[in-house]
Amino acid sequence: MIDVVVLFFLLGVFARLVGSDLRLPEALYETLSIYLLLAIGLKGGIELSRQPIGLLAPQVLACMALGFAIPFVLYPLLRSLRLAGADAASVAAHYGSVSVVTFAVASAALAREGIAYESHAALWVAVMEAPGLVAGILLARWAARREQGAGAGGTARWRELAHDVLFGKSVLLLLGGLIIGAIAGEAGAKPIAAVFVDPFKGVLALFLLELGLVAGARLAEVRRFGAAVLVVGVAVPPVLALAGAAVGWALGLSVGGVALLATLAASASYIAAPTAMRIAVPEANAALSITAALGVTFPFNLVAGIPMYIALAQWIAQRSPT
Amino acid sequence: MSLARHPKTLLVIVAEAALEKALVRDARERGAQRWTVTEVHGAGVEGVREGAWEADRTIELKLICDAAVAEAIAEHVIARYAANYAVALYFADVQVVRPDRF
Repeated sequence: MIDVVVLFFLLGVFARLVGSDLRLPEALYETLSIYLLLAIGLKGGIELSRQPIGLLAPQVLACMALGFAIPFVLYPLLRSLRLAGADAASVAAHYGSVSVVTFAVASAALAREGIAYESHAALWVAVMEAPGLVAGILLARWAARREQGAGAGGTARWRELAHDVLFGKSVLLLLGGLIIGAIAGEAGAKPIAAVFVDPFKGVLALFLLELGLVAGARLAEVRRFGAAVLVVGVAVPPVLALAGAAVGWALGLSVGGVALLATLAASASYIAAPTAMRIAVPEANAALSITAALGVTFPFNLVAGIPMYIALAQWIAQRSPT
Repeated sequence: MSLARHPKTLLVIVAEAALEKALVRDARERGAQRWTVTEVHGAGVEGVREGAWEADRTIELKLICDAAVAEAIAEHVIARYAANYAVALYFADVQVVRPDRF
């Protein structure tokens, strides 16, 4: 059965497609996104305090390597679809980075089905945002040099970019929440649980209503870019999910953990990546990346992808010796 | 008795929000002393920008300065950003009361 929060998303898409005047105030959007990032971080942090640090290091490194590798795998595929170098690099960066909301919906689906997962998974999200962006920028620079000769591709403003990504809203709040949760522990976080834990799914539903409105607007753009964007948006996530699941399996994660890592690999960033790419790769067509990531992949993952990735994780668990 | 008025140039730059930091930095480097930024939404030749989420936001940067400073900023913005970003700019003659503040 489709998760209730996904129904809110579909309502948002519907409202947009029929031209409703429904629009969430920007301040509310901003508030909800801050809440979700903090709540996800806190939940992971509380669990983090119980984990031995030696167990976490391989997971963090593997997640970062996965995020970094994805754009390098995607880039030649996207080029074969006749995307320009900069566009291919930018789209690849969006897929290398991750979508926090897709992760939240996947964890909600796991919780509903009673499948256990590593509760500190928010840590994976936090470390997977940046590596894909770095890889995408490197690819764009490389493509520009190849097409226009040495010296092309602009001067790297890595410091500025690192600052924007590491201290940007999402990583700051996720990591901040993780650290607060880890310091406070379950008992310490109890007084704020009524705000940050219990209403989480309701807030997620409201946020998804808004994202439905936004994604619905991008859906109309799909026609502008034609079949390529549809192919990328629908065919790429399951392939990346396989890679994510393989890494999760190699790390010895639980069934839910494998499903979450598959989801993270399959998800595409539509908040951090567009902003970073606008600054670092200005010649890339921003609308193309956003339409693929937010207009096609995000709805696809919510409706069809996540159930598939959970089934994939269960299939792997059944096949592998315990 | 009316206040003494002094001519200045208002330069308005409408651009993608991702450019805000860079535009403010560039304007300051070229002698702009004060600026105001507001978030706006609307449409241009590049299409509609509704400001519905982070990557879709648009800002309006208003600068009041001497004509030469406004000219230098506008020239730089066109040369540096117009090729790859949604940027619109226009000038207007304005009158200010305290010219030393601009």
